[in-house]
Amino acid sequence: MALEPAVTDIAQLKERPELACLLAWNAGAITGAKFDRNELTLWVDRTSLRQACLTLKNDPQLQYNALSDITCVDWYPNEPRFEVVYQLFSIPNKKYLRLKVKLSGDDAAVDSLVPTWPGANFFEREVFDLFGVRFDEHPNLTRIMMPENWDGHPLRKDYPVEGYR
Amino acid sequence: MAHMTPTPVLDPSDDKTMILNMGPQHPSTHGVLRLLLEIDGETIVRVMPDIGYLHTGIEKTCEAKFYQQVVPLTDRIDYLCPMTNNLAYCLAVEKLLGLEIPPRAQWIRVMLNELTRINSHLVWLGTHALDIGAMTVFLYCFREREDVLRLFEAVAGQRMMTSYFRIGGLALEPPLGFFERVKDFLDRFPERIDEYENLLTQNPIWIKRTKGVAYLSPEDAIALCATGPTLRGSGVDVDLRRDQPYSGYENFRFNVPVSKDGDVYARYLVRVAELRESQKIAQQALEGVPEGPVKADAPHVVLPDREKMKTQMEALIYHFKIVTEGFTVPPGEVYVPIESPRGEMGYYVVSNGTAKPYRVHMRSPSFANLQSLRKMCEGNLIADVVAAIGSIDIVLGDCDR
Repeated sequence: MALEPAVTDIAQLKERPELACLLAWNAGAITGAKFDRNELTLWVDRTSLRQACLTLKNDPQLQYNALSDITCVDWYPNEPRFEVVYQLFSIPNKKYLRLKVKLSGDDAAVDSLVPTWPGANFFEREVFDLFGVRFDEHPNLTRIMMPENWDGHPLRKDYPVEGYR
Repeated sequence: MAHMTPTPVLDPSDDKTMILNMGPQHPSTHGVLRLLLEIDGETIVRVMPDIGYLHTGIEKTCEAKFYQQVVPLTDRIDYLCPMTNNLAYCLAVEKLLGLEIPPRAQWIRVMLNELTRINSHLVWLGTHALDIGAMTVFLYCFREREDVLRLFEAVAGQRMMTSYFRIGGLALEPPLGFFERVKDFLDRFPERIDEYENLLTQNPIWIKRTKGVAYLSPEDAIALCATGPTLRGSGVDVDLRRDQPYSGYENFRFNVPVSKDGDVYARYLVRVAELRESQKIAQQALEGVPEGPVKADAPHVVLPDREKMKTQMEALIYHFKIVTEGFTVPPGEVYVPIESPRGEMGYYVVSNGTAKPYRVHMRSPSFANLQSLRKMCEGNLIADVVAAIGSIDIVLGDCDR
């Protein structure tokens, strides 16, 4: 199977039900889309992430009712530096969808998804611990992997692999 | 850090409760899980898991390795199911590369994955029963597990950290006589499951300790991101082998055991039924293994056979290039979830076009499933915490990475 080039044009992808649903809800909140290697990725404005997730969850056709994963990618030294990555899963339709939120390095904060999915708790704590991205309204945003007194966030690209000596 | 807050130590909300520390060195926590329990007499008021004792920064290490050098690291996340981790990572990179895997390699991968599931579930069953007080089951389970580990040793040269899968296929053709040994094991195995079930399924003590204990409703299970047998034990019918087939699982016929009760006993029944299903899938894979190569036809990615490398100039050059400078992967990102024995094991791999992954994230099932513990334990008795932990089947290496 040869690789097909990625489609990154919102206009070309607007037939996709996930994108159509979000565009119908609030076209201004969707800042980008990509269809690559059979996976759909949507970029959502950080202020509307929680509402976008609720829209996808409550849509009677799509029913993205489960959160599969939250992680982050650090694009240092580029800005906006962080991309928080959400994998949603629809248990009735057995489909995955990826949402992304871009965050700048000096104000890396996004709304927590704990009110929607309590299971986001550990994932967000992990991202906070290893990347230093804050999640507003998280009930207990503390380090989860590293010791409490650890200096820095190890998965950032400006953090050396061997650690600070 | 400015926005850091100190560890929230549970403080007794009123004079009636006290804090009990459980772990990290506790025989029933399957590794180094520490739990802070707030108790009112014998009743649990709050549970707070404290993890991270086994954090080794594997995700960071991956960013400093070539793509093929990450494979041995994936074994070390979850030491009870090395093959499923290998498979998930290899599938992710193969998807990034757009590689086609020969059917023979796919079928052997499926067979070994199901043997891995048997291996993992046997350790779970043995230790879970041991935690609750049934000693004999442990010895029976480890007897069969030894057989599986011998099979792994035969095929990969290693009992636990197998690293047998490669990006693009398998490391080697399985040795002579291997399939006969697998067949011998699979023929014997169903009656061994009967043996375990004879000891437990109708056992009144086992039933008293597990039925109605640590209940998890389907709504809570979904909301708390539970996957795998923990989710299916609550009546939600999701199995990625059937719903998002990978590595040729669409060619196999099997049932997905689901139980609606949501208690420890339900999760026990689901896993024991999965043992039987795994045996069936492995049997089908064994009977239908196609002939052909076990490596993809992609010389820039897959190491050549030793014989070719010693006789053909071109193969030697490819070998030298792959080993010294790795192979580049087209830019992009993929998320590949598979059904590991514990639940959804997902690899999120980002490539920026170089020979090293830009980011490798492992969505590990133990980490997510552990969040259900709180719902299962609160309002129950201290003695049932041990049963609840066992029923989630956590591996702390998988949890902390």
